[in-house]
Amino acid sequence: MTRQDHESAALADDEQTWGKGNTPEVSWAGFTAGPWQHEIDVRDFIQRNVTPYIGDHKFLAGATKATKALWNRVMELRKEEYEKGGVLDADTSVPSDLLSHGAGYIQPSLESIVGLQTDKPLKRAIMPTGGVKMVVDGLKAYGYKIDPAIQEIFGRYRKSHNQGVFDAYTSEMRAIRKSGIITGLPDAYGRGRIIGDYRRVALYGVDRLIAEREEQKDISDAARMSEEVIREREELSDQIRALKDLKVMASKYGYDISGPANTAQEAIQWLYFGYLGAIKEQNGAAMSLGRTSTFLDIYVERDLKAHRLTESEAQALFDQFVIKLRLVKFLRTPDYDALFSGDPTWVTESIGGMSSDGRTLVTKSSFRFLHTLDTLGPAPEPNLTVLWSHALPQGFKDFCALTSIRTSSIQYENDDLMRGFWGDDYGIACCVSPMRIGKQMQFFGARANLAKCMLYALNGGRDELTGEQIGPALEPISSDVLDYDEVIGHFLPMMDWLARTYVGALNVIHYMHDKYSYERLEMALHDKDVLRTLACGMAGLSVVADSLAAIKYAKVTAVRDERGLAQDFIIEGDPPRFGNNDERVDAIARWAMEAFMEKLKKIPAYRNAVHTQSILTITSNVVYGKKTGATPDGRKKGEPFAPGANPMSGRDFKGALASMSSVAKLDYRHAQDGISYTFSIVPSALGPVESDQIANLTGLLDTYFGLNPHSNGAQHINVNVLEREALLDAMEHPEKYPQLTIRVSGYAVNFVKLTREQQLDVVNRTFHGCCA
Amino acid sequence: MWSTAPSMAAVPEVTAVDGYVHSVETAGTVDGPGVRFVVFLAGCRLTCLYCHNPDTQKLGGGRLLSSRALLQEIAEYKPYLMHTHGGVTVSGGEPLVQPAFVEAVFQGCKELGLHTALDTSGFLGARASDALLDATDLVLLDIKSGLPGLYQRVTGVPLQPTLEFARRLEARKQPVWVRFVLVPGLTDGEDNIRAVARIVAKLKNVERVEVLPFHKMGEHKWEEMGMEYKLKETPSPTKEQLECADAIFRAEGVVTASAG
Repeated sequence: MTRQDHESAALADDEQTWGKGNTPEVSWAGFTAGPWQHEIDVRDFIQRNVTPYIGDHKFLAGATKATKALWNRVMELRKEEYEKGGVLDADTSVPSDLLSHGAGYIQPSLESIVGLQTDKPLKRAIMPTGGVKMVVDGLKAYGYKIDPAIQEIFGRYRKSHNQGVFDAYTSEMRAIRKSGIITGLPDAYGRGRIIGDYRRVALYGVDRLIAEREEQKDISDAARMSEEVIREREELSDQIRALKDLKVMASKYGYDISGPANTAQEAIQWLYFGYLGAIKEQNGAAMSLGRTSTFLDIYVERDLKAHRLTESEAQALFDQFVIKLRLVKFLRTPDYDALFSGDPTWVTESIGGMSSDGRTLVTKSSFRFLHTLDTLGPAPEPNLTVLWSHALPQGFKDFCALTSIRTSSIQYENDDLMRGFWGDDYGIACCVSPMRIGKQMQFFGARANLAKCMLYALNGGRDELTGEQIGPALEPISSDVLDYDEVIGHFLPMMDWLARTYVGALNVIHYMHDKYSYERLEMALHDKDVLRTLACGMAGLSVVADSLAAIKYAKVTAVRDERGLAQDFIIEGDPPRFGNNDERVDAIARWAMEAFMEKLKKIPAYRNAVHTQSILTITSNVVYGKKTGATPDGRKKGEPFAPGANPMSGRDFKGALASMSSVAKLDYRHAQDGISYTFSIVPSALGPVESDQIANLTGLLDTYFGLNPHSNGAQHINVNVLEREALLDAMEHPEKYPQLTIRVSGYAVNFVKLTREQQLDVVNRTFHGCCA
Repeated sequence: MWSTAPSMAAVPEVTAVDGYVHSVETAGTVDGPGVRFVVFLAGCRLTCLYCHNPDTQKLGGGRLLSSRALLQEIAEYKPYLMHTHGGVTVSGGEPLVQPAFVEAVFQGCKELGLHTALDTSGFLGARASDALLDATDLVLLDIKSGLPGLYQRVTGVPLQPTLEFARRLEARKQPVWVRFVLVPGLTDGEDNIRAVARIVAKLKNVERVEVLPFHKMGEHKWEEMGMEYKLKETPSPTKEQLECADAIFRAEGVVTASAG
């Protein structure tokens, strides 16, 4: 098809061509023409066709009867799942891929968007290429047994990612894993955090994507058959095969997705098929959706204008889509679930934000997507993420605040900050990780425990709990009263060692993941050449900052046991605490974050990835605390860390603005994978009546992200508006609160699915209240 | 590295006065309009049975701080407070135990361009100079009871000084928000509520009336201080009780904020 053909197609009369098949002439009728027609460029399509919406939420429609009936059916299934101990059904013999299962439905007569991971709702699939052990343990924990044939194939004939990693790990890498100074490495499960540009399936149809890849393969540099070229050709072939399989998968549901989508319903269905393909093939830690609502709005607007759709039908499409996203489940071990509180999937959808040209990218469908929290009730998934800008329309800001106050189910990230780094078509993977959609991916790297590293520095590389020599046997600190300069002098070389071992382990993991569990479909929905980041992470920042501040501004005496290991610390004096906007300690927090980043950057990364880090703990702040001895800030052995970049519980005693300011001063440039902050407040502390609460919450978000005189702007915030009493009641009577959702660092969880320990951690966190 | 110098608002050159500060809350939303920097001063002559900050009652408690240092801290938050149409509230304790300190802080706030609110029982209203009141944009006047006998019982001091202060504020045309705490079994008698309403109805400078439900979030502080909390068995008022109080106010021609 020529360039002229496309342009005339776009201008052709909508009515004449409507419904005549899925070809660009038909599918793109009514859209503004542009470069997006000639090359794969979803952003350009959005920029030329978006209808920004600056009004309020009054246009929204409620749930239809069919939606309600379908959702009730899902609630019943989930209840059965809960009663069966967490897993309703599991496939024990067929490893999952695009073609492994036939079509599955919840209740076909009620479904306008179709597609399930397996042939039945909530039936878990197995994906042994990541690691067969995880599959065996996952099945066993819920009373299932893996088909011996599968175990033999993956134990004997076909190597998995997990086996590859352990073949290459050094003894030091095994040791840091065991001691818990590094936790959560994706070496036994899928790495995730890769977002396919699922929108491409709807806009272009799969044939066009295949054609592009074939062309790229043809021109790859076959003359110089280097390792890179061989790998590229193999990957492109895998990607093409995945796209072909995707078409077959859709055909099982009666859809031909070779060509582009014609209607809003088709656009959502095509896009969802792309995503469904990804989650059939990968049990990634986070399987995020991207930034779809404004893209889809263009189709919805076109259908609304042509009277092919009513507002109620439009809402129903989003409701149906979100019901599917709420059903996404993976088979995981109870250990894994304990670490992450329930079984999160991080189906993160990024909503709102601004265009680089100053227009808002908020559309009516941004509202519709958030409105599912009302039509279907609150839920942890999909992980709804609002890209906040000072310049967002007030109507949208108010609606977000209202929804937060009512559901606690939204997280906010600073679009004004990230747009400068990643442009105006990025999305969030997992909790806080931004990436340009279809142009960038990350190598997920879990996180290092910096507080434990500090203890290793004090103890000469020996683990404070086991006494084992884990780090290098550097000289321990022997003086009883700790000296700041001496501690820093020991801390830096220990950080060097940790960074070296940590990045080395990540290089091994991602080499093997590419080799044995390559995300062929997700990468087929990227540009051929992508920016890769090595997303390292850190836990325990506020513990380290408070500890060093105590050593510097008070007198800290180490109490050692018979092994010579510091087991407790006595603090005399009143040191500054992170979270009170006190520059003395805030500067130390920034120093620690930046120092570790510098150390990470020194170690070359696999595939020339760019090093980044996040200050994020998910809910593993509890597990990290358990694995860490007493620290010089006064934290006792085993006590939880604060989540993400939060101040330690109860130590931020000057209220929310001071606490937010300390966090906002952490410079995003040195933690480009995100800085997570969780904010909990009781409703009455936001203002006496709901209208005051909305105004004050939007004001707080504006100021947290934008108006701090000391920072370029904070990056992320979770907002919980909850009564502490409600949480206490939910601990005693979980059955009364099946949908109670709270935000933890970077995502949302069902409160009743947390372990009791985690529940207590949440309840004990600083709640910003209304009295001194 | 964070290297750019912060563009903080300059701290005004006002003569510094030292004061006893119990604590600060940087994001208060219930003591005046918008998001507010709330300063809780130490020291109060009242001994209210339902006090939720009993730890602030002691005279000379808290931390001695110069008004200059406090203003420096407040200046950090100026952009936040301006953006949310908030400001600075001085509460307590009883701020008018330390009127010179409050005056210095408020004059500094005015130079910073920040809205100021004084949260007081009015008992020490006579100690507020005209200069202090000139630097005060809003007075949050707590009327604990409208009946002299009950007032004495609840607070340990007489009602009269508060009434005199209220009349002085009216004469000065000073904006006032009246606050009344509804404590079941103590201040929720119809005659008491009506008496408060009648006081308020006569004042032309009252912009808003808030009926605040009694809560026990301060109970643990009484226990920590080894003091007897006499309202252990008292519940928070129900929605119906609050609506009933609103209705009594309305009957006297006063519309409360909660009744909207």
